Amino acid sequence: MAILMFLTFVIATLVITFLSAKKNTGSSAYFAAGRSITAWQNGLAVAGDYMSAASFLGIAGMIACFGFDGFMYSVGFLVAYLTVLFVVAEPLRNSGKYTMADVLAYRLRPRPVRAMASLSTLCVSLFYMIAQMVGAGGLIKTLLHDVAFMQTPAGYNLSVCCVGAMMIVYVVFGGMLATTWVQIIKAILLISGSIFLSVLVMKQFGFSFVKFFDAVSQIKMTAADGQQVVKNFLTPGMKFKNPWETVSLGAALLFGTAGLPHILIRFYTVPDAKTARSSVVWAMWIIGGFYILTTFFGFGAAAILGPDLTIKNPNMSAPMLAERLGGEFFFAFICAVAFATILAVVAGLTISASTSFAHDFYSNVIHHGKEPRPGMEVKVARITAFVIGALSITIAIFLGPSVNVAFLVGLAFAVAASANLPAIIFSVFWKRFNTMGALFSLGGGLVSSIGLILVSPVGIFGKTGALFPLENPGIVSIPLGFLFAVIGTYLGGRDAQAEAKFAELSVRSHTGLGAEKASSH
Amino acid sequence: MNPIHEPQWEKIAAMPEFQALLKSKRRFIVPCCIFFTLYYFALLYLVGWHSSWISQPILGKVNGAYLFALSQFFMTWGMAYLYMFKANQFDQAAAAILAKHGAQ
Repeated sequence: MAILMFLTFVIATLVITFLSAKKNTGSSAYFAAGRSITAWQNGLAVAGDYMSAASFLGIAGMIACFGFDGFMYSVGFLVAYLTVLFVVAEPLRNSGKYTMADVLAYRLRPRPVRAMASLSTLCVSLFYMIAQMVGAGGLIKTLLHDVAFMQTPAGYNLSVCCVGAMMIVYVVFGGMLATTWVQIIKAILLISGSIFLSVLVMKQFGFSFVKFFDAVSQIKMTAADGQQVVKNFLTPGMKFKNPWETVSLGAALLFGTAGLPHILIRFYTVPDAKTARSSVVWAMWIIGGFYILTTFFGFGAAAILGPDLTIKNPNMSAPMLAERLGGEFFFAFICAVAFATILAVVAGLTISASTSFAHDFYSNVIHHGKEPRPGMEVKVARITAFVIGALSITIAIFLGPSVNVAFLVGLAFAVAASANLPAIIFSVFWKRFNTMGALFSLGGGLVSSIGLILVSPVGIFGKTGALFPLENPGIVSIPLGFLFAVIGTYLGGRDAQAEAKFAELSVRSHTGLGAEKASSH
Repeated sequence: MNPIHEPQWEKIAAMPEFQALLKSKRRFIVPCCIFFTLYYFALLYLVGWHSSWISQPILGKVNGAYLFALSQFFMTWGMAYLYMFKANQFDQAAAAILAKHGAQ
């Protein structure tokens, strides 16, 4: 039964992909959906791109296991949109074409900058994608909990592989327009599923907030030493013992979104900066509403299922809660929604990574800004999609199903904030900024954030051998990214051409003159 | 873009109206960014270093930490609304600059 409903949904979305793929001609259509998406559609799509497995499965699981500290993810994921809205959305829409690197390459030397930007886009997308794959593997495992084979590690590996294969089909045939529609449909499904789940939770408490929060403030669980204890889940500090951990994660979330390639790429699908702006605001309403709901199905899972149960399968508390409250049918629906969420986000990520590689690296770095043959850029993008997919599947299998996906995505945010954000901000707002500065910021931000993750308690040396005490590197690597940008700029000497073109970039980004227009088809 | 019709970027950039637009944008955006960053980090700070103080119940069992976290949502929406309102003014200023440039 669960499987049947599940498959119906997946087939329906593939049909939509196929239908829109027919209309898909030329680079502008494949990469930027013909710049024809309206504000509310794009708002839903931005929300759809953003609310990934990390939001639905990861945050719910984090709150169900660690209470208030998990809710900090919800807060950070939303407030981050202010950085997007105030600082990057409009300048980016006005001065770019398809990717983040378009803006950086504007007044800097395009080849090295694009090569570097493409590398950092690939890294961020990969981190993000691994999280989705882990979530997907766990989801299928839960969905098929009657099938013994699926409970083995091989079963998890198989489900990760299947999701990967589906996503490749999605992107290769659909392109941006199809992914946009998938995001929209998925966003609507996710919101309605979450509202319904929240209503069911509140029904357990007679729709009384007082009873709900009473239950949340006294949850029975088994402590590490095997003792039965009663915990107040609204109290901070159950997850983050070290206050700096809270700050580091918070910084990564606040500044990371504005550097996420798959979110930034969304602003090129709309006709102009004004639409980009209103789509961000639309997205903020949708995303914010969703994250407030995590209160009900996150804390609700803790109160109803109990942390002793949720901790066993940390990413699955939302589907498990759905099964407990709404029976098998609702469980299947929530699983399908979660699956669609993952599929859609993976598609969005793949397209941003493969666009960046095809457009920035292949066309502009290797072929000096010219496509060798028409259609080659799209072809290279499709090949990249395959490679990225395979890579993230491999790493997800290596990590296994027990890592929390919100945590993994938090790392992607840290990498994005450290490498991409300084480069974007300085290239739009700092006249003196030059090629060396951009390379230092992108490269230095990447190396410092990924390096710190590798030597952190979750890295290669484990908890005991860690050289860096925090799980999220943000608090150190973000300032380092900005510092590298400044150092690089001064080491690089004055770049007369970059400074001369600052006037042009400034006029473009603040007035929208000369921005890429909506295409006619 | 055809180089003959390339807009005169330098000229527009040097227009006093354009400089005024940049200045008024800066005067709005910079304080706003400082405000929301501080408001958000205040939550991180209080939760991290004053967790027992902020964990005191305020509304029934609901504590200060949750209420402050919840207030972040409304702060975000409020700021977004404010930005939309101001951005429409900036749009008009930008349109006026382009119109004037076109007329010159």
